[in-house]
Amino acid sequence: MSKISELSLTKIVNGIKKKDFSSEEVTKSFIDNSKKSKKLNTYITECFDEALKFSKNFDKKKDYKGLLSGVPIAVKDMFCTKNVKTTAGSKILHNFIPTYESTVTNNLWSEGAFLLGKLNCDEFAMGSSNETSFFGNVKNPYGEKLVPGGSSGGSASALAAGLTPATIGTDTGGSIRQPASFTGTVGLKPTYGRCSRWGIVAFASSLDQAGPMTINVEDSALLLQAMSGYDSKDSTSVDKKVENYSSNLTEKIKGLKIGIPKEYRVDKMPTEIDDLWKKGIEYLKDAGAIIKNISLEHTMHALPAYYIVAPAEASSNLARYDGVKYGHRASGKNLIEMYENTRSEGFGNEVKRRILIGTYVLSSGYYDAYYLKAQKVRRLIKNDFDKAFKDVDAILTPSTPGSAFKIGDKSNDPVSMYLNDIFTVPVNLSGLPAISVPAGYDKNNLPLGLQLIGKAFDEQTILNLSLAIEKRANFKKNYKIWWS
Amino acid sequence: MSIDKNTVKHISKLARISLDENKVESLSKDLTSIMKFIESLNKLNTDKTTPLTSIINASLTSRKDEVNDGKIRDQILKNSPEKNDEFFVVPKVIE
Repeated sequence: MSKISELSLTKIVNGIKKKDFSSEEVTKSFIDNSKKSKKLNTYITECFDEALKFSKNFDKKKDYKGLLSGVPIAVKDMFCTKNVKTTAGSKILHNFIPTYESTVTNNLWSEGAFLLGKLNCDEFAMGSSNETSFFGNVKNPYGEKLVPGGSSGGSASALAAGLTPATIGTDTGGSIRQPASFTGTVGLKPTYGRCSRWGIVAFASSLDQAGPMTINVEDSALLLQAMSGYDSKDSTSVDKKVENYSSNLTEKIKGLKIGIPKEYRVDKMPTEIDDLWKKGIEYLKDAGAIIKNISLEHTMHALPAYYIVAPAEASSNLARYDGVKYGHRASGKNLIEMYENTRSEGFGNEVKRRILIGTYVLSSGYYDAYYLKAQKVRRLIKNDFDKAFKDVDAILTPSTPGSAFKIGDKSNDPVSMYLNDIFTVPVNLSGLPAISVPAGYDKNNLPLGLQLIGKAFDEQTILNLSLAIEKRANFKKNYKIWWS
Repeated sequence: MSIDKNTVKHISKLARISLDENKVESLSKDLTSIMKFIESLNKLNTDKTTPLTSIINASLTSRKDEVNDGKIRDQILKNSPEKNDEFFVVPKVIE
């Protein structure tokens, strides 16, 4: 039998149930790997002792009723965890210990999982490379000099390196799917409203959504099922039955219509991305899908619109960090100066840039020109999808315009960094579900992902299509362990 | 639209973030390049488009007007950088 930490989440859950191994053995296996992984810099907070204690208790009680019984899971440090430090990758929250638990993590614990640790991420989830974290950049298992993507970079890296059997991230503009693509893992952003946002550190509330990050599609279905559901504490969560994504999972997708949007063939896109996309089309054809060319004509306007909406909402959300109620506080001669010094010391450069852009576009006299304009563009982008989904069941695109880039390559040029999310952002603006599934490698042996976009609340179809691609692409991780 | 140094200082004031004088120049450059990128939207005519204010179709549900939480003062104060028994403490506001 292979090492426990090499197994999928589903196999671990089943193995514990069948008593092939104990929860304690599973937990020890991931803790061992995690302890040797310092060079990856994935953890902000380790909960290894507590996890081990929990696993021992679990093995005594033997309660296998949950979907995730006996499984340790490390989560992105954007989820508030009761009595465990939650930083959002920021200095301003470096000492924040929530007195409550986020609904999504609580859902995982209700299914029998327990916390292994809190994973590094871009500060307040603002970034595409995990370089904006106050706790230092995370490295990609595929290369010491490579970013893991972002903002859920710590989650993606920890998952790909076998430090946690699965993890959860948040996705505001691609923060689950882009790092999944960069690390050869599966990342799903659910429909807006599928998972509760309660207890997640807020970035841009009309776009934020939590989702599963796993090593395969089967695990994605399982974890999505565990974390989803209506929550009266989040007024934007939707009261809709959670499907049994796992038992409904099938690669029989014959007759499904798949849209290929011509606008996603962008200038300067490497040919290998285009080749990967063509391969994806062949895989789905082979599985019996019908391919249709479609148009999403306002795609090019999605990213500029996003960089109005997201910073505007962020500048409002982050107004709460004032040094009074929680988090970092600097001194000042008076109240205003204390606010200004606290926020200057507490926020990093990218967060400051976004707060300032948000403040500017919402400031007196500019609201109509920017925020209202962006909301109108958002309408046009959503209309494109609505129209397309009259003819097709799902849409296939590349996940990212390239593979993992080098640390430092884009950090001095905000706009070139933003362009990384060109294929993922339209989905957030439209509230739709989308998944990135690993489908191949580029010429440097770095993973590349394909993205499937579904109709609202039709996560099942994109999971099924991903399974069909996964079976055919036969993607295997191929990095050499350099960090331990 | 370029975001000149005075605008940077003005919006920093609005956002309550103090800035080192030597950071103003580079911020002005960064914010200008971001705004240029954003302003590509001006080429798109949206005169007849209604703004999308919510992507959820359902209207918000209402609940009974009953108290369902509270009495957690200690929890709320727990993470405060400075407090006395019952209050957040801030620098003096009224002379």
